[in-house]
Amino acid sequence: MLRDITLGQYYSGESWIHRLDPRVKIIATLLFIVEIFIINSFEGFATAFGALIIVIAASKVPLRFIMRGLKPIFLIILFTFIVNLFIVDGEILVKIWIFTITKEGLYRAVFMAVRLILLIIGSSLLTLCTKPMSLTDGLESLMKPFKIIGVPAHELAMMMTIALRFIPTLIEETDKIMKAQQARGADFETGNIFRRAKHLIPILVPLFISAFRIAQDMAMAMEARCYHGGDNRTKMNGMKFAKRDAFAALLMLLFLAVIILGRVFL
Amino acid sequence: MSISAQKINHIYSKGLADQTVALNDVSFDINDGEFVGIIGHTGSGKSTLLQHLNGLLKPDSGRIFINGRDITEKGVDMMEVRRSTGLVFQYPEYQLFEETVEKDIAFGPLNLGLSQEEAKDRAAEALAMVGLEPCEVAQKSPFDLSGGEKRRIAIAGVIAMKPRVLILDEPTAGLDPKAHKEILDMIEDIHKNEKNITILVSHKMDDIARLCDKILVMEKGTVVMTGTPQEIFSKGEELQAMGLDLPEAAQLILELKKRGIEKDETVLTMEQAERTLLEVLDKC
Repeated sequence: MLRDITLGQYYSGESWIHRLDPRVKIIATLLFIVEIFIINSFEGFATAFGALIIVIAASKVPLRFIMRGLKPIFLIILFTFIVNLFIVDGEILVKIWIFTITKEGLYRAVFMAVRLILLIIGSSLLTLCTKPMSLTDGLESLMKPFKIIGVPAHELAMMMTIALRFIPTLIEETDKIMKAQQARGADFETGNIFRRAKHLIPILVPLFISAFRIAQDMAMAMEARCYHGGDNRTKMNGMKFAKRDAFAALLMLLFLAVIILGRVFL
Repeated sequence: MSISAQKINHIYSKGLADQTVALNDVSFDINDGEFVGIIGHTGSGKSTLLQHLNGLLKPDSGRIFINGRDITEKGVDMMEVRRSTGLVFQYPEYQLFEETVEKDIAFGPLNLGLSQEEAKDRAAEALAMVGLEPCEVAQKSPFDLSGGEKRRIAIAGVIAMKPRVLILDEPTAGLDPKAHKEILDMIEDIHKNEKNITILVSHKMDDIARLCDKILVMEKGTVVMTGTPQEIFSKGEELQAMGLDLPEAAQLILELKKRGIEKDETVLTMEQAERTLLEVLDKC
C-alpha cells in the first residue's frame, strides 16, 4: 500500500531532454509558462502544442505518464470550464432554464481549459525529466545571484534536498507505525470523520517523534562531516553548460520570438 | 491453538519494475505451546512472514490457518485474529504515543472493547509480567524511561491483549547485554506461565538454540529447513553457507571437527561444550 507510492513523478530515462542542464530546463519551463499567458489566439496554442509534442517525443516519456499528471487536476479544469461557459455574457447560443451558453463563453471556456492543460503538461515535463536532486542543484545555481540581497540560496537548496531525501523514509516509518498500531487492534478504516481524526493520534505522535529523532541524527551526521553551509563548497558532479544546452536555449528563444511575433501581427 | 501455513506466496510491487518475491511457497505447522525460532539472513522474508500471521499482509496465494480457521478468507474478523495473535515489531518502542505508560498499554485492550477498568487491570498485569513495578512506572511518561524499559512497555502493550500466539521480531535488537538477557528471560517466563505459542525472530543463535523447540530457517523467501535445534545446528556448514551463524558452542565443535576430532552429538550450550572439551582433553 504505502510502499507503492512513487516519489515525485520522475520518469527515469536517458533522453536528450533528461541530460540537459537543469538550469536550462527550469528557465525553459518558466518561459513556457509566461508564453502561455502571452498567447491570445488558438493559432498560438496550436504552435505551443506542437512545440510541446516535439519535446515530449524527444523526452521519450510515455504519453500515459503525462496524462497521469493531468488526472488530479481534471476536476479543476472541468470547474473552470463550466464556470467560464456560463458566466460570460454575449451572443446567446443555447438557453436552458436559467443557464445560458454564449458564443464568447464557449470560446473563453475552451481557451482557459487549453491554457490550463498546456500549463500542467509543460511544468510536469520538467519534473518528469529532471531528477529531484538536479532540480534543487539547478535552483541553487539560479538563485546564487540573489545572494547579494540576502537570499540564502544554498541553505534553501539544502533544505529541499533533505526534504526530498526523507520523503520515502517517512513513508516507510508511517507504514511501520500504522502496522504496529493495527497489530494492537487500532482501526483506521471505520467510523465518522471525528473518530478517524482521533485514530490518527497513535500514528502522528510516534511519527513526529521519529521525524525529530531522524532530523537530529542527520544534523549530527552532517556536523560530524564538517558541514558548515554553502560558502566555497564545491560539487562532485558540477553542472556543465554543454553544446546541447546552448542549442536548447536557442530553440527556446526562437519559440519565444514566434509567440511574440504571433501576438503582435496576428 | 495451532498455526498452519500452506504454500503462501507474497510479491511486493506486483507488476511493477521493482517487483520482488518476498515469500515463495512457504509452508509450516506450529503446534500448541511450541516455542518456535525463525532465523534467516536480512531480507529473507522473515518480517513479511510474521505480518501474514496476524493478517496485516494478505498472501497473494496460499492459506493460513489459525486454530483451523482460514484467516486469508474474505470477511474474517480481523479484530479476532489480532486478539489471538500478538505481534511485537522490531524496535517496538517507536510506537509508544500516550502520555502515561498505563494508557499506552491499555490502548490494545481498549481496542478490543474492554472497559476502562478492565484495561487498567490488564495494564497492571502486563507491567508485572514484563518485570516492571506497576505503581512505580504506570503514571510516568513512556518517553522518560530508558531504552530497555521502553522496549518492555511496548511488549507489555501487546501482552496486555492476552494473545495465544506471541510473535516477536528481534525483540533484543540494539539493547545492551543486560537488557538483552532480561528481555529474553521475560519472554521465556511468559511462555512457561502462559503456555502460549511463542515465535521469536533473532540473529542470536545462542538464544534460539537455548529457547526454541523448533526452528524454521528461511532463505530468499522460502523455508529451507525445519527441525529441532539439534537437527538444524548439526548442519553447521550449510547454515554458514547461507550467511548464518551457529551458537558459539556449536561453532567450537565444528572447528574441532575440521581438525579431525569427531563428536557425534550436537552441542548447543556452553555447558555441553565444556563437557565435550574435557572429554577430548582427557583422551590426549
